[in-house]
Amino acid sequence: MKKILITSVLYTAVTAILLGLGYPLLIFGLDHILFPHQADGSLISRNGQIIGSRLIGQPFTGDAYFHSRPSAAGNGYDPTASGGSNLGPTSAALISRINSSVAAEQIGKAPVPVDLVTASGSGLDPDISPAAAYYQAPRVAHARHLPVSVVNHLIEDHITERLFGLLGEPRVNVLELNLALNALSPQ
Amino acid sequence: MSLNGWLQITLFITLILFLAKPMGLYMARVFEGRRTWLDPVLVPCERLLYRLTGVDPGEEMRWTQYCVAMLVFTAATLVLTYIIQRIQYYLPLNPQHLPGVAPALALNTAVSFSTNTNWQSYTPESTMSYLTQMLGLATHNFWSAATGIALAIAFIRGIARREMKTLGNFWVDLTRATLWILLPISIVLALVYTSQGVIDNLKPYTTATLVQPMTVTSTGADGKTSTTTVTTQTIAQGPTASQESIKELGTNGGGFFNANSAHPFENPTPLTNFLEMLSIFLIPAGLVVTLGKMVGSPKHGWAVLACMTILWFVGTCTCYWAESQPNPLYHNVDQNNSYILQSGGNMEGKEVRFGIADSALFATVTTDTSTGAVNSMHDSYMPLGGLVPLTNILLGEVIFGGVGSGLYGMIVFIIIAVFIAGLMVGRTPEYLGKKIEAFDVKMAMLFLLIFPLIILGLSAVSILMPTLGLNSLANHGPHGLSEMLYTFASAAGNNGSAFAGINANTTWYNYAIAVAMFFGRFMMIVPMLAIAGNLAGKKITPENAGTFPVTTPTFTVLLLSVIIIVGALTFFPALSLGPILEHLLLHAGHTF
Repeated sequence: MKKILITSVLYTAVTAILLGLGYPLLIFGLDHILFPHQADGSLISRNGQIIGSRLIGQPFTGDAYFHSRPSAAGNGYDPTASGGSNLGPTSAALISRINSSVAAEQIGKAPVPVDLVTASGSGLDPDISPAAAYYQAPRVAHARHLPVSVVNHLIEDHITERLFGLLGEPRVNVLELNLALNALSPQ
Repeated sequence: MSLNGWLQITLFITLILFLAKPMGLYMARVFEGRRTWLDPVLVPCERLLYRLTGVDPGEEMRWTQYCVAMLVFTAATLVLTYIIQRIQYYLPLNPQHLPGVAPALALNTAVSFSTNTNWQSYTPESTMSYLTQMLGLATHNFWSAATGIALAIAFIRGIARREMKTLGNFWVDLTRATLWILLPISIVLALVYTSQGVIDNLKPYTTATLVQPMTVTSTGADGKTSTTTVTTQTIAQGPTASQESIKELGTNGGGFFNANSAHPFENPTPLTNFLEMLSIFLIPAGLVVTLGKMVGSPKHGWAVLACMTILWFVGTCTCYWAESQPNPLYHNVDQNNSYILQSGGNMEGKEVRFGIADSALFATVTTDTSTGAVNSMHDSYMPLGGLVPLTNILLGEVIFGGVGSGLYGMIVFIIIAVFIAGLMVGRTPEYLGKKIEAFDVKMAMLFLLIFPLIILGLSAVSILMPTLGLNSLANHGPHGLSEMLYTFASAAGNNGSAFAGINANTTWYNYAIAVAMFFGRFMMIVPMLAIAGNLAGKKITPENAGTFPVTTPTFTVLLLSVIIIVGALTFFPALSLGPILEHLLLHAGHTF
C-alpha cells in the first residue's frame, strides 16, 4: 500500500510536468512558428489599432450596418462570458425576446430569417446566414444611399461556401462585411 | 432536413467504420507489447518514466491490486488539481490575476475532471488561470482517458485469459495508453486546429476597439435605468489548441471557454467541427475491434459495433429531424431550410457555420460517448431533439461510449444479454467460452442499478427541496424537470454536457453533482473489475452445438433489445414527465 502511494505521487508529478507543461508548451512553440496569426486570435487591425477578431462577432445597431445575431454573452458579444440563452422551446421569456427581435428586424411583411432573431450557442457567432444578409440589404442600401444591387453584390463576395461543397453551412462574416461596407461608403 | 446534411452524416459514420479497424489493431499491438513504428522514440521515454516513478513493468496485478492502484492514483491527481485551483493567484501564468477558486467549486471541478466527466459549474474564461487550465485540467484529460482505456484493456484480458489470477499492470497500461495513443494523435490534431483558427497563446486578454460603440441599458438597485456606452471588447485568450485536441480524443469534453465547442476560438470552422466529432468516436470504435482481436473473435467485435452503429443512427435521425422542425410558437420568422441561403430549423443556441445537421450530429455523438463537449446549447433544443442526448446518456453511454468506459459498460450489457439467452434455452450462459455464473450476474446487475439510483435519487431530492434544488432552474414547466434530470444523468454518466441554464454553482449542486460523478465512475468500476478478475480465473469451455453464438445478427438484435428494455423500464416514467410532456404542450401552444 505504501509503495502504491509513493508510485502514485511520483507518477502524478512526473506526468503532470510532461502533459501539463511539456505538451502544451510544445504545441505553443510549434503554433507560433507555423500559424502565428491564428494562434493569437486572428486579430484585425486598422491604423495600428486592434479592432476585433474575424472569429469573434461584434454588436451592430442602426440602419447603416448589417446586424449580427442576438447575443446572450454578457451584455452582448462579451468574450469574457461566452454562452447561449439556454432558454427552452416553451420558454415564455424566449418567445417574448424573439417577438421583440422580429419587431426590430422585420422589413415590410416578409418573415425574418430565423438566425437573425435567435441567439447563438457561443453568444459570439461571427456569422449570419446569406438569407439574413440579403434580408438586410435594402435597409442598409437605403441608409447608405447605395443601389441595392451594389450591396447585394458585396454580400455575394463575402459568402463563405461549404468546405468541399459539403461540410458546414454557407455563411457571411458580419464584421468583415461591415468593414467592406465602410470602405465602400464611409460613414 | 437536407440532402447535404445526410451526406455529412453518412461521410462521418463511413470514416469511423473505416478507421475502427486500423485503430483497433494498433491498440491491440500496443497493449500486447508488440512492436509499433513509434517504439524507437517512445520506448526510451517509457523506460525513463518507470525508472523515475519506481514502477516494475513486469509485475502482474490481481483485480484488487489493479483497482487500488487506479483509485490511489486518481486520488493523487484529484488532490493536485484541487490545490492548484485554490492557490492559482500565487502561481505564474495568470495574466488576468484571477483569484483562487472557492472550496466547493474547486472540489467539484477536481472530481469532475478526474472522473472524465468535465462538468463545469463555472465560466472558465473568468475563473481559471492559464496554469490551472494546463497543469490542473488538461492533464486530467489525459489521465482520466488513459485510465479508462487501461480499465477496458484489463476487462478484455479478463475475458481472454484462462485460469489466471491477474489482469496486467495498471501503470504499464496507463503509460502505453498515454504515450502511444493519446499524445501523438493530440499533437497532430492540435496543430491542424490552430491552422484553422483555434487560438494558442499565453497573452493577457486582448482589448479591441469596437467598430460601432454599443449602448448598454441597465437597471440599478434603486430601480433607475442608466445607459452606458461600451467602446471596447475584451477578447479572452489562452493555450486552447493543446487542450482542444485531447478534449475530444479522450472523450473528456471540458471546454477551455464557457461556450465549449460552440466558441469560435475552440471550433472555428466546419472542418474543425468534423475532426472533433471524428476524434470523439475514434478510440471507442477502435476499442471494440481491439476486443475482437484480443479475445480471438474479430466477428464478435463487429457484431457489437453493429449494435452501436444502429443505436447511433436512430439517435442521429431523431435529433436531426426534431431540430429541423419549426417552433410553432414563433411568428413572422422564416424557419424553412434552403440549400444556398439558410439551414432554417431551431437555430436558438446554434451557430450559423454548423447549422442544424452538424449541431444535431455533434449533440448525438457527444452523448453517445461520455464526452459532453457541445457545439450548440442542448437546453434550447426542441423537446424531442433534447430527448436524444438525454436518452443517450441514460442508456449508459454505451453507444460507442467513453474511451474505455463505453466498452466495459457494453460488456456488462453483453453479460446480461447472454444470461437472458441462457435462461431462454435453459443452459448455463457462456460468453466467449467463459461460464457466466451467479457472481458475474450479480456484479453486472449492481453495475446497472447504481446508475439509475444516483440519477433518480438525487433528482428526487432536488425536487423535494425547493430552496436547494428548484431555485437554480432557468426554465419552468416540464423543461425544468428535464434540466434537473439531465444534470444528474450527465454527472452520474460522467458526460459533462448540460442543459446549461441550470445554475449549478451553488453549494448543494456542487456537492451533489460531485457525489454523483464520483459514485457514477468508481462504484461502477469496482463491480466491473470484480467480474474481470473472476472471469480471468475461469477455464475456457469448448464451443458446442448448444453455445449461443455472439457473432451473429441474432446476437446484435438481442443486445440491442436488452439495452433498450433496461433503459426504457428504468427511465421512461421520468422522460414522459419531461421532454415528452413538453413536446405535447409545445404543440398545444403552452409557454412557461
